[in-house]
Amino acid sequence: MNLKISALDYIQEVKIGNISAEDFVAKTLEQIHNEDDKLHAFLSVNEKAVDQARDIDKKIKSGEKVGDCFGMPISIKDNLCIKDSKTTCASKMLENFIAPYDATVIRKLKQQDAIFVGKVNMDEFAMGLTTEFSAFGPSKNPWNNDCVPGGSSGGSAVSVSAFECVASLGSDTGGSVRNPASFCSAVGFKPTYGLISRFGLISYANSIEQIGPLTRTVKDTAFMLNMISGIDPNDNTTIDNKNEDYLSGIDSGIEGKKIGIIKEMIGEGIDPAVLSATKDAISKLESLGAICEEISLDMVKYSVAAYYTITATEAGSNLARYDNIRYGYDFPLEGYEFNSYISKARRNFGPEVTRRMIIGGFVPSSGQAGKYFLKALKVKSKLTNEINDAFKRFDLLLSPTVPVLPFKLGEKIDDPVSLFLVDINTVTANLTEKPAISVPFAISNGLPIGIQLMADTLQDKQLLQAAYALEQTVRLPEVPL
Amino acid sequence: MIGLEIHCQLTNLNSKLFCPCKANYRGFEINENICPICIGLPGSMPRLNQEAVKKATIIAMALNCSTPEKIAFFRKNYFYPDLPKNFQITQLNIYGDTSVGGTGSVMVGDKKINITRIQLEEDPGRLIYEGSSSKNQITLVDYNRAGTPLVEIVTEPDFETPKEVRDFLNILSDILENLGVADPSLEGAMRADANVSIKGGKKVEIKNIGSFHDLEKAVHFEITRQESLHSREIEIIQETRHWDDKRKITVSSRSKEEELDYRYFLEGDIPWVIIDPATKTKLISEMPESIVSKKERYVSKYHIPAQVADVLSSDKYYSDLFEDSHTESNAKEIANIITTDLMGLVDTREKREASKLTPHHLKDLADSIQSSKLSRNSSKNALHEILKTGKDLSIIIKELDLGNVSDESELSGIITQVISEEAQAVEQTRSNPQTINYLVGKVMQKTKGKADPTLTLNLLKKQIGI
Repeated sequence: MNLKISALDYIQEVKIGNISAEDFVAKTLEQIHNEDDKLHAFLSVNEKAVDQARDIDKKIKSGEKVGDCFGMPISIKDNLCIKDSKTTCASKMLENFIAPYDATVIRKLKQQDAIFVGKVNMDEFAMGLTTEFSAFGPSKNPWNNDCVPGGSSGGSAVSVSAFECVASLGSDTGGSVRNPASFCSAVGFKPTYGLISRFGLISYANSIEQIGPLTRTVKDTAFMLNMISGIDPNDNTTIDNKNEDYLSGIDSGIEGKKIGIIKEMIGEGIDPAVLSATKDAISKLESLGAICEEISLDMVKYSVAAYYTITATEAGSNLARYDNIRYGYDFPLEGYEFNSYISKARRNFGPEVTRRMIIGGFVPSSGQAGKYFLKALKVKSKLTNEINDAFKRFDLLLSPTVPVLPFKLGEKIDDPVSLFLVDINTVTANLTEKPAISVPFAISNGLPIGIQLMADTLQDKQLLQAAYALEQTVRLPEVPL
Repeated sequence: MIGLEIHCQLTNLNSKLFCPCKANYRGFEINENICPICIGLPGSMPRLNQEAVKKATIIAMALNCSTPEKIAFFRKNYFYPDLPKNFQITQLNIYGDTSVGGTGSVMVGDKKINITRIQLEEDPGRLIYEGSSSKNQITLVDYNRAGTPLVEIVTEPDFETPKEVRDFLNILSDILENLGVADPSLEGAMRADANVSIKGGKKVEIKNIGSFHDLEKAVHFEITRQESLHSREIEIIQETRHWDDKRKITVSSRSKEEELDYRYFLEGDIPWVIIDPATKTKLISEMPESIVSKKERYVSKYHIPAQVADVLSSDKYYSDLFEDSHTESNAKEIANIITTDLMGLVDTREKREASKLTPHHLKDLADSIQSSKLSRNSSKNALHEILKTGKDLSIIIKELDLGNVSDESELSGIITQVISEEAQAVEQTRSNPQTINYLVGKVMQKTKGKADPTLTLNLLKKQIGI
């Protein structure tokens, strides 16, 4: 049984009866069992997965209508609610929280007969980009176990690249899908803001984040997008995409497309290997008929500062509900007055979340808001204007996904500012609500490099076509498990 | 100077402001009317009740407030056990006019009270304190109320006396009831905070006032307190005070609420709501007729006395009954029945709910009086019976034998009898016709009030010969 197949190949194989869902899911669980002591992608595993797969096989055999996923094993970032399952956000604060309802994306995937093999690791409440801030220990990069897998959706990227699932769902607030996808050599996609319902995604910075798939191929991402996108009455920010089929015409090519290369994202601080991969990607795209040209975006240099100011403000508010009153962990209430109780109960947050709670209390406060939060909103709006102008000239914008190669565990954890700068290429898409994707493009000294493409609002289909074209230009080695 | 912040629940809506739970949470078991959204479970998102936006806009328009084309929601961040998310979704105007209503005004008699703004927001849960002393006190939270749509109406400090406050609140609750957006008689459906200051003193906010009746008292107490401080040259400090319901006094709040920094920012989960001119036109066309316009119509069209028209128009229960029962010819009679006979019988919510009266009954009553089938006196008895049983008027008249004696020969017989019994009074009437009423009264006595008064008078005059 070959686990190393794409989602679309899996569906095809099950459809024609070459493999059974039960066998494949059982093998996948075995893979998790074998690899995860080392990689630590999973926080919990669905013990009923094989039974669920067997039921789907029965449906197939009896000729009953089967959902489009045909029992495909998917892993889910642990900030997405699955009914009756633990949803911890990799935090001690939600260590025992069992969601009483399904996120919209989960409901949609269930309807299509997907199987959730488990909940995967992340930085606590999605704050971080290495998965080292998980309260339950870091995940490891399958390409080099001494290196971080990226984050915050680190468990998603690891599980996809180590064949512990066929596809995964993560969430992307400032690059949290694209960054680990790049570090683990997976495809990671953040759609246009509002394309996928966030209902059931535990908010970190709700005005800019989106759920996004992590897959082995661009086509798989398009397939996943078909499954989970669309308007949702439970999320007022969703957009009606009229049941767009993102797979159809994915091989349309990029001939004649104008691609802007963002100067500020290939400048200072970039790893030479990443720069050379980026140049290689540009020449490959040019050879396919794309027209590439450098563009300077002045506001990009303020984007990370604006990003951390806005996200800390929203996080400070979104995480205020964790007061351990309605749910949480075991902590006796008796003898406390309200304010002293919550300040004590909230000490269960880890260091990065605590840091951002403190920043989030400060930057929007009266007397400071003008200097920080309101200024950050101005940067966001100016950056959006600048990007909108750029998309008048270009169909796509290109940069490396991350300016550096995967680094060692522990290397940057005590240096939050240098860690923040790793986000420089990814936050712009979130702040401007644009779709962006990371495509695996190169392996340098055994470490993956991803290329990021960005498109204009609701040009997600065009973006996937370009990503597919880029993907087809390279053949990458297999992960050395 | 007194300014008010009035909170009015939109109790007539089906669901809460951001979830499908019931807007009218009364009658539920504790923590029964809740869902992942209104108790702020991780991953839940607000789902804006568009009907609430419409109702709040209607209120703004009825209070002559400006209404912006785009409205937005903001988060007010603070920790409190009754707030499931530890922030409240509300509106404000500090970053431009994005609240559902801007400046407006309401006339209270000849005085204009200015409205500062109107905002739509969610009600928090309800705290229940148990335990006898502060040592063993425990606080329980009931989230049934959390997320109930609330409209906050903020006034300018335009009031000068507690009486003006009271009059304004009466007019306001009549308007809200007439709009069909709320039932102010429900417990806790309308609540208010007051800002009170006297010349030379700082502003004092009074919170936790449970009823409008107490609000008037609280304002009165606070003015007296401040004046007494002022006369003794003690400084009046800016503070928040709570109304102590039991002792009927205001008490300084030890909590540092006024020092809280709410860190307001835009609620990203709710996109801006567009209320374009077409929507506004439609809302205006769907708005019920205003109390003022009703009153004018009652006076000009039916010649109902202004005072009667005032009572009739300002209470939605009465005006609805009137609208559904009157015709051009019986309007005045119906107005009369409602404002003199009915009013005392249905003065509470419970009595109104128990009443079996329909507009049809009222029409029958008025028509019967006008056609002299029923005396005014008997109509009161009939009304009592209708409220209790809901039976048809014709059946009640028969069952209680209330019908007028309007048969001339029958009445003539009774009159002959009275004349023979009251010889002295008959003599008196001959010299002073004014005293004939005494004889009419005697006839009424004999007929148990059922004699047709006009016919009785005519027959009496005829038989006495005046």
